[in-house]
Amino acid sequence: MAEIAEVQSFTVTFIIRRFNPETDTEPYWQDFDVEMYATDRVLDGLHKIKWDVDGTLSFRRSCAHGICGSDAMRINGRNRLACKTLIKDLDISKPVYVEAIKGLPLEKDLIVDMEPFFKAYREVNPFMVTSAKPEKEHIQSPEQRARFDDTTKCILCAACTTSCPVFWTDGQYFGPAAIVNAHRFIFDSRDEDAQVRLDILNSKEGVWRCRTTFNCSEACPRGIEVTKAIAEVKQAVLRGVR
Amino acid sequence: MKTLNLEKAGWLFMRFSGALLIVLIFTHLGVNLLSDGGVKAIDFAFVAGKLANPFWQVFDTLLLWLALIHGANGMRTVINDYATKAGVRKVLLGALGVSTAMLIIMGTLVIYTLDPCPAGTPADLLPSFCPVA
Repeated sequence: MAEIAEVQSFTVTFIIRRFNPETDTEPYWQDFDVEMYATDRVLDGLHKIKWDVDGTLSFRRSCAHGICGSDAMRINGRNRLACKTLIKDLDISKPVYVEAIKGLPLEKDLIVDMEPFFKAYREVNPFMVTSAKPEKEHIQSPEQRARFDDTTKCILCAACTTSCPVFWTDGQYFGPAAIVNAHRFIFDSRDEDAQVRLDILNSKEGVWRCRTTFNCSEACPRGIEVTKAIAEVKQAVLRGVR
Repeated sequence: MKTLNLEKAGWLFMRFSGALLIVLIFTHLGVNLLSDGGVKAIDFAFVAGKLANPFWQVFDTLLLWLALIHGANGMRTVINDYATKAGVRKVLLGALGVSTAMLIIMGTLVIYTLDPCPAGTPADLLPSFCPVA
């Protein structure tokens, strides 16, 4: 087995924004050196720190494979899922800065209070409303399904909403994620409540707050064209049709 | 019609005024700086002559109001983004509103009340094109 070269490892410096509400008045930055491989992810680095160096480091993660949306965080100033950000894609000659997503109340280290985010989500009625009770299934053509396919991909990680500069200063703004999930039902041919959702999003804190900075589209780990979805909702509000 | 609100009205205004302003501004620049002797032709008489013409009065009024409101609405957005303290935001928004209103009022007054040759003014203070009293 001697001919197989040892996989090269690197020392990666993580600078993490720490905050313990029981002892700290202000968040502070703390650095950790971690031995990592190019195929590792930022989440693996956080695991190594938590498991081997400092057990008090707090962050959320569940599936660790880019589906549950638990570990959205700000990595080198950009909202990313820690479990989908590979070390090889980062410039490890410099430290990797990791902090909690912005715009939501910081609870501890990388954990924020997601309730304002989910509250906005609930307010757009993110569920199918239909009075028809067909004998079998609701019929929908592939074209009708394709109309809202992009926005079905949302995993509610909050990377988009917490990358939005409008949301940072206006916590009342529904935010990209809520609009994306409204879009998913507004343009669903089986749904009957589109007008209700459009009226909700036509409010003062609705879609008009969006100024198309495209931060949300850039941040989405699922590649959803968030800004485009918001623009389509704006058009639907103006025309009153979907 | 769906419920109208200030944000929606503002959003629509920015789009329509923006499209109109492109035409107005480039016409303004073309007429003032390029046609008929270009930039060197601009003097008091040129401006007075333009403002005596009803077409340019309406044109300049549109340009003044749309540009100021368009710009002020943009500034309002910037203030909302960057002023995180409620008090600071209030002061800045107030200052913005007052200055915009003053500029609109003064500009409109000039457009419609400019008299290049006010009666009773000593002749040496009047421009050369005024009729000698």
